[in-house]
This record gives sequence, C-alpha cells and structure tokens, in this order.
Amino acid sequence: MSILSNSEALRLHIPNPVARPGEIPSFSHLRFSDAGEIAKPSIDADESGLRHLPYGLIRILDDQNAAVGPWNPYLDSEALIAGLTAMMRTRAFDDRLFRAHRQGKTSFYMKCTGEEAIAVAQSMVLGADDMCFPTYRMLGWLMARGYPLDKLINQIFSNAADPLRGRQLPILYSARDYGFYSLSGNVGSRFGHAVGWAMASAYRRGKAIALGMIGEGTTAEGDFHEALTFAAVYRAPVILCVTNNQWAISSFSGIAGAETTTFAAKALAYGIPGLRVDGNDFLAVWAATAWAAERARHNCGPTLIELFTYRADGHSTSDDPTRYRPVEEASLWPLGDPVDRLTQHLYATGAWDAEKHDALSDAIEVEVRAAIKTGEAVGTLGVSKPPVSEMFEGVFKEPDWRVIEQRRELGI
Amino acid sequence: MPTMTMLQALNSALAEKLANDPDVLIFGQDVGYFGGVFRVTDGLQSRFGLERCFDAPISEGGIVAAAIGMAAYGLRPVPEIQFADYILPAFDQLVSEAARLRYRSAGEFWAPLTVRSPYGGGIFGGQTHSQSPEAIFAHITGLKTVIPSTPFDAKGLLISAIEDDDPVIFLEPKRLYNGPFDGRHDRPVPTWQGNPAAEVPEGLYRIPLGTAARVREGEAATVLAYGTMVHVARAAIEESGIDAELIDLRSIVPLDIDTIVASVKKTGRCVILHEASRFGGFGGELSALVQERCFYHLEAPIERVCGWDTPYPHAFEWDYFPGPDRLIKALRRVMRND
Repeated sequence: MSILSNSEALRLHIPNPVARPGEIPSFSHLRFSDAGEIAKPSIDADESGLRHLPYGLIRILDDQNAAVGPWNPYLDSEALIAGLTAMMRTRAFDDRLFRAHRQGKTSFYMKCTGEEAIAVAQSMVLGADDMCFPTYRMLGWLMARGYPLDKLINQIFSNAADPLRGRQLPILYSARDYGFYSLSGNVGSRFGHAVGWAMASAYRRGKAIALGMIGEGTTAEGDFHEALTFAAVYRAPVILCVTNNQWAISSFSGIAGAETTTFAAKALAYGIPGLRVDGNDFLAVWAATAWAAERARHNCGPTLIELFTYRADGHSTSDDPTRYRPVEEASLWPLGDPVDRLTQHLYATGAWDAEKHDALSDAIEVEVRAAIKTGEAVGTLGVSKPPVSEMFEGVFKEPDWRVIEQRRELGI
Repeated sequence: MPTMTMLQALNSALAEKLANDPDVLIFGQDVGYFGGVFRVTDGLQSRFGLERCFDAPISEGGIVAAAIGMAAYGLRPVPEIQFADYILPAFDQLVSEAARLRYRSAGEFWAPLTVRSPYGGGIFGGQTHSQSPEAIFAHITGLKTVIPSTPFDAKGLLISAIEDDDPVIFLEPKRLYNGPFDGRHDRPVPTWQGNPAAEVPEGLYRIPLGTAARVREGEAATVLAYGTMVHVARAAIEESGIDAELIDLRSIVPLDIDTIVASVKKTGRCVILHEASRFGGFGGELSALVQERCFYHLEAPIERVCGWDTPYPHAFEWDYFPGPDRLIKALRRVMRND
C-alpha cells in the first residue's frame, strides 16, 4: 500500500470572485504598496536583484495627490496638462460614441473608461518612430498624438471617408504614422509581432523600440508565452505590458490565474524584469514605461509591466456588466479614477484649477460634438459607405483573377 | 551549368537572397549552425553571420508571429517550419494576421514573409512527418501557396516568393529533395544527377508565382499535379502509353487557371493528382473550376487520384500513397469513355 494514498476525496477548485451582483464589493484581498515605497533600480540592474518588483506596486501619487518617491518623473505642468487633456478627450469621445451606438449610428463600440492613463502616458513617453501594438482599449494613444477625431468617427461609422475603407470593425484602428499598429479582434495575436518588430529594429541597428499590449485574460493564450520567450531569448528592445483591468468580459482575473500570483510575476520564469504598476496613476505608468524604454534603448532587453487597473465600464456595447459584478465595484475601486487623480494632482501643484478644468472640459465637448457632426455629415453606418469595389482591394498587393472575376460578377 | 539537388537549389536561392538583400533573414528550429534537419540552410550562418540565419525556439506560433512583426517593420523574413505537420500552432498567425494585415489596415501594414516548410510523404515519416496541408492554406484569402517540383523551379520560385510583397507558404516536397521520386518505391531511387530540371544557374533568376508549367505535351487527357506528384504522373503517363498532357501547377495560389483551361479544352479529359486526402482537398477546387470552365469540352467525368481519407499511416505508406498504378487506372477510366 502506498504511503501517499489520499486521505480525503479530491476537490476541484473553480475560482470565483469575492462579490457578485447584489453583494458588497470587497478589495481586502488586494495588496498594494504605498506611494513612493518601491525603490527604483538602475536600468542595467541585474535581473536577479529585481525579483521582488512583481509583487509590489509602483505608485507615485499619494493620498494627498502629491507625487512622491524615487520613481517620480518630475513632469512639468505642460506635460501633465497635455496628459490630462488627452485622457479627458478619450473619455468624452468614448461617452459620445457609446451613445452614438445606442442611437443606431454604428454596430459596435468599446470604451476604455478607467484605463485612460495607460495609453496616454505611454504614448507621450515613447517616440514618434516607436511602434505600439495596442489592445482595443488604447484610444488614448491616438488622442495623445493628435489623431484627427473625425477620422476616428469615420472609421467607427464605416462611412465613405473611413480610413480603413469599410473593411474593419469599429474601433479596430490602424494608424501607422502615429505609431499605432493594426488592431484586430483576435486578442493576443499581435503580442509576438511587437517582439518581431523590435527584433527587426535591432537587426537594422535602428533606434525605435516596440510596445506590446495584452489583457490579463489573454495571458492564458500561448501568444503571450511565445512572445515572452522570443523577447527574452533575443533580448528584444520591447516593452511587453499586461493591462490587468480585472475583467475579461465576465471572467474575473482569477480565471486567468490572479488568485495565485501577479501577472508581472510571469516575467520571473523568463528571466526578465517584471514591474507591477498602478495603472490609474498617470505618473507611475509614465515612469515605469520610461524605465523600460530606457532599458530597451540601451540593449538591456525586454521588460514585462503589469498595469493594475479596473475596467470601469462594460466590455463592449454588447455587454452588460451588471449581470456579473456589483454595480458599485467601479466607484469603490481602491486606486480611484485616473482622470480624477491626475486632476487632483494638478490642483495640488497649483498649475490647474476648477475654472481651467471646466473650460477644458467644455472645449473638449465642443470638439467631440463637432467631430461627430463632421462624421455624420459624411454618413453613419449603412447610410454611407466606401465604394463596394473597396471590398476587393488589398487582398493581395495585386489582385489575382479570382478577385477580378468576382468583382465583375458583382458588377463593379 | 551546375547540376543541383533540390536541397542545393533551395540553399542557393537563400544564399543569393541573403547576399542580394540585407532585409532577408532566416530563422527556425535547427536552421542556424546545424543548417536544418534537411540541410536546406547548410552553411548559411557561417557565410552570412549569426543574425542572418539563426535558431529559433520550438514555437511555431512564436516563429511566425515574430516573422510577421519583422515583415511589418520592413524586413523579408524567411522562417522555416521544420515539418509542415507542425505548422498548425502557427495557423492562427497565418490566417488571422499575415493573410489579413494588408486588407484590414487598408495597406498601412503588410507582411512579406515566406514560410518554408517541407511537406509530403514517402519517407516513412508516419502521421507527423508526411502530411500535405496545402488545401487549408489555399482556402485562406490573402495567402499564396507555392509548391515546386524540380531544383530549377525550386530556386526560381523561392526567389520570387521572398521578393513577393504578400505572405507566401512555400511547401517543399521533401521526397524530392535528393531525387525525382516517381512513386516506384520498389525500384532504385533516381537522383537529380543528369536531370535537365536539375541544371540550376548560379545567381538570381525568377519564376513568376502563378505560372504553371506544361511538363509534357499530350492530346488524350490532362493531368494536373504539383510537387512530388508531378514525377509520379510523368512515370504513370509513360507507362500507360496514353498521350496525356501533364501540367505542373507550381503554385496553387495564385493559380494559373488559363493554362489549366486551355489544356482541358484541348484534351477533353482531366485527372487531378495530389497526395493529400481527397475530401476537401485542393483537387475538389480544381475539379470544380474545370467543370465550370470546360464542361462542354469534357468527354469523361473528372477523376481525382489522392491520398485516402485517413491519417497518414506508417506501415501502410505505399497503400496510402497515390502512386503511378492508381493514376494509370484513372487515366484508363477517363479514356474508356472515348
């Protein structure tokens, strides 16, 4: 008889979140570092000395809205206001376009509410030649770089002026000139492209680096681990980020493994630094991204960053989060709201006040409404579309006979 | 002119492109120092350097994902998947990313990568070293699929594939690497030595993708084949005494439909030969195209000679393999309706 025989029946563990609709949200299981608590290593620090970082949380903005600690990037008010403006524009745009969907003007929309600091800060930190391989909650990247709002709207409406020529689902933008790689609805399948792109830049002795983004739910895909393997093996000049917004549609982060470890800690097995960062803290996102970018630019290799945030709204226009999580969860999120926190910080610095804030908010509203009007003048989904011949373009660089014949069959 | 095996011709194509274009680089499992399990990349790392030809992790999805990222940057990567049987972990990358990148980004990004992979049976490789997956790629809009049958074609097609601005799946008939195997497995294996199609020039030359080759002219029937099956067909036609025309498709996407149609209209009979399983195979598409375009010229039903609809079996390799005897029977069937 084996001495290892079971003394009890086996149990299967199915992770389940702390609170469901109608229950009181609780965050007592979350462990956060204090603002300023985490020491900042040099960019060429040996990985073996960085293995505590995935279990901390890099925070700069403290409870009094001051920027504290060694990671503080000491941004001037101009940068802070630019960041706040892009975040507010992102949020206002999301709210308006979500409503446009409800009004039947398009088929689909996804908001990034609560996650605006991430894309905006990263867009500002990285250079014009760097390339972001985004998730679909990174509208802020484009907002921070001044992408024209009416082009976004034309894409969302799939109208005659759609820059993607009616071929792509709303918000799955592509904007090469803005360092924004082509999006797709397949989550995760571009994570490895970021690594390959970065390898190519190194191969060419270039200066540009890549930023790959993935959601915490998608870290369960092979793409995530394949990309990390390649990044680590070839020391690619890439920053790989996990946006942990706690929810993958209705599945809480525990379903992706968050009960037992952090997503930043996935870096440990690959022998690369893993940072865990307060994703609702604009300054922390900025500082961590800048640190990882410097590492990449100095041939110190890749960094994995977990951006700890909260998806404050539904997954998409097709989702109803009240069905699976408490309504209050977003407003009670212990790390607050990124727009509010940056606003309060700017107030605290004295460079900003309520009057300026309201004026900016109003100006953004006007700007977004005007852009929607411009898009609507071209036409909303179904009212206006690019010529149907666009359906047959771009399958290959040059069409083969199938496309030519089928186009003729359709009579265009 | 030197005589080369298909292995040497492929190696020559890669070497020419590495020398000619600094944006070409090669990576894959065992392709670096070792030169690949079939030796296609032999000597390339020592000639061109570590960064031009290097080993990759055992991660087909990762290999193709990295190649797409490199291609989007502006390089022309030529990754190797060691066996076409192992390409499936990369299928999502090929289908959802490489094939659609140009289309969905309205031309902002594209992926000029060439994925080389040995395919096909006849080497006692069992289920995992023998399959012919060309039909699943042919079905994917946005991918090109190229399959050479001679050393001369292999070099010219591979150079064209690498220079092509769209993603290309380049399937290498591994049974032909060292000789024009004709399916007569019980006879001495022929080599490429002395074969006119093995006369391969030094330097760059190109065979345009989408141009079939009329390997044998004939009046009685048309045989459509590619890869290893071209040589099986040639042997079968000679043994049958039937004056069949043999078309080597060379690429199935783009497909040289004009050459196919002209031949079948001339002969009025068509036999399609491929090693992959019949049901849902590329022969079904060829059969439909011929029927749609040549119906009033057809004197007999179109025949398909293919692998059986089973996994590739080890001990039954030669029962599965669509060898010359099965093609001869099919040719006789289409001729009986004279």
